Amino acid sequence: MEKRNVVLSTKGIGKYFYEPVKFKVLDNISFEAYKGEFLTLVGKSGSGKSTLLYCLSTMDTTYEGELYIENEKVTGKKTDDLAALRNKSIGFIFQFHYLLPEFTCLKNVMLPALKLGKFTYEEVEAQAYQKLEMLGLKDQALKPTSKLSGGQQQRVSIARSLINNPQIIMCDEPTGNLDSKNTQIVFDIFKQIAHEYGQTIIAVTHDNDFAKASDRTIELADGKITNLDKKNFD
Amino acid sequence: MRKKSVNIDIALTHILTRRKQTLVACLGVTLGVAVYLFMNSLSNGFSIYSRGEIFKNSAHIKIYKEDEISKPFTEPSNETELVAIVNPQITTLSKTLINPQGILDKIKSQFFLTHAIAQVNVDVFYNNGKSQLKGTANGVNILEADAMFNISSYMVAGSLKDLNGNLGGIVIGKGIAEKMNVRLDDNIVVSSSLGITKTLKVKGIFSTGSAVADQSKSYINISTAQQFAKEGPSYVTTIYANTINADKSPEYAKTLQQFTEYKVEPWQITNADVLSGDLVRNTMMGAISLSILVIAAFGIYNILNMTVMQKINDIAILKATGFSGGDVIKIFVTEALIMGLFGCVIGLAVGGVLIAIMSNIWMGPPVGYFPIYFTQSIFASSFILGMLATFGAGYIPARKASKVDPVEIFRK
Ligand SMILES: Nc1ncnc2c1ncn2[C@@H]1O[C@H](COP(=O)(O)OP(=O)(O)OP(=O)(O)O)[C@@H](O)[C@H]1O
Ligand SMILES: [Mg+2]
Repeated sequence: MEKRNVVLSTKGIGKYFYEPVKFKVLDNISFEAYKGEFLTLVGKSGSGKSTLLYCLSTMDTTYEGELYIENEKVTGKKTDDLAALRNKSIGFIFQFHYLLPEFTCLKNVMLPALKLGKFTYEEVEAQAYQKLEMLGLKDQALKPTSKLSGGQQQRVSIARSLINNPQIIMCDEPTGNLDSKNTQIVFDIFKQIAHEYGQTIIAVTHDNDFAKASDRTIELADGKITNLDKKNFD
Repeated sequence: MRKKSVNIDIALTHILTRRKQTLVACLGVTLGVAVYLFMNSLSNGFSIYSRGEIFKNSAHIKIYKEDEISKPFTEPSNETELVAIVNPQITTLSKTLINPQGILDKIKSQFFLTHAIAQVNVDVFYNNGKSQLKGTANGVNILEADAMFNISSYMVAGSLKDLNGNLGGIVIGKGIAEKMNVRLDDNIVVSSSLGITKTLKVKGIFSTGSAVADQSKSYINISTAQQFAKEGPSYVTTIYANTINADKSPEYAKTLQQFTEYKVEPWQITNADVLSGDLVRNTMMGAISLSILVIAAFGIYNILNMTVMQKINDIAILKATGFSGGDVIKIFVTEALIMGLFGCVIGLAVGGVLIAIMSNIWMGPPVGYFPIYFTQSIFASSFILGMLATFGAGYIPARKASKVDPVEIFRK
């Protein structure tokens, strides 16, 4: 097997919660995620999946161990630098779509790119239309987000996560609120993003079928990695 | 506009989608700024008016001979001498200034002096039949005095010109005319404490607005006054001088003091009581209007605080997608400043209209139009303070918003 490019890696990440009593949520988490890989994270409820994802996302900085993104050590950077890094290199998709209600779908997709400031407003607009079209939402572009169905809103938030062509896209139960048809749509998009565009997807999921069909599944139990490439879903 | 303004774009969207709150916040500032502007203009107008009143009777600088008081005891020069103890008493024999023309010539050469006149003030009684009124007759060259005190602006009858060079004429205060029951061209008997009595013809009546002055003060020719004082043409009791800047009178007075041993007194000392009253009023008005402005700013603070609470998810999203804490502060401060700007501009307009209305109200003599004016500096300070208050009111919630931890929000 040829050597693959590591996009994200962790070295011995550990994390404690102190409320209500001190306990270790994450314990010595070390793994690598590769370019173009569709990676899923599974584990029982309370095993620490979301907590790990927040650490990987750079939003949570209170952990021990080290995090590398695109071969650069991220641990210990200033919050403003981390914000810039998220803007450029990480896309987010949440279980609850978290779109900004007073903006149109198009504007929601555009905001991270406007923040990045690499392209003009018109260029960003064109790119946002293109992402929405890819997700089959071109005709919804100018609607306010509240006028869309749940599945459509989730696709808008996927378009938003893609707008700056980040190396990594992270999702916490992206299909948790969707029916099987919409779940399939999202799954196909993720496959396409990873395999055609070479972006890395790290998705937390409860859906075994979803995990099974992904490229690789990491399993967590009680804050520890119990399987780095789970094959057996029963 | 496009590239760097995404924060402004978001701020504007927030404002435009919450029109009602925005309007309430704007109105708060409008009210605050309008009241601040109006009250300070009022206060300023009163100060100008009260200063005008002062300068009807006072010059910027007054030079006169101070009463000398005898020492309570004499120091012995050697041990054999005794200490003499006496009751202190005024030992001034004459109020006259020696060589007044010399003093006038010297002080008139100062660049800051605009007018200087010599005056003879004599204590007199105005008599008409049985009634008698105590007062002061000011012996002046009436045209020079007019140039200085602008007497003609508050004349209610007759003309100052008729007094000029008319040794048998007098211009009296309205209160004297009423009490003595005399009208223009009537005669009035005036007697001095030195026993000189003259019958003078009323050539004019003035009303300064100050009852005390109107019931005691009169103008006569300087030589008439010298006759009342039984003195010759060199007798002068007071020199009055006006300067280019009334506020600098104390400094100018110090300079003039070098030319004479007589007391040189700026108007601020002569009128300290009036000025301290002004100060109290200005301070009070300033404090009240400032508190109203602060309360108005609280409106913006409240509304932005509420916005931050309601938009906490949005803030988390923005931070997750790469907006920094600084960006979040900019967004909310921009919202505050936009609301503040509209509020201030409308507030200045409303305040301006109020001033315009008030300044057209005719109060009748001696006040004339209501004393309130458009003063650029007050407009500027109202605007600046309004904006500062909104900035402060916006910054506190904005800082709170910038501290939102997205992880905490997403975990819910
Ligand atoms: N802010 C917090 N303070 C204290 N304990 C917390 C906090 N957030 C999470 N936990 C605990 O940490 C553990 C891991 O939580 P986490 O949300 O990562 O689990 P998860 O694997 O995502 O679960 P689920 O599948 O239900 O979403 C749980 O036991 C949870 O109760
Ligand atoms: Mg979770």
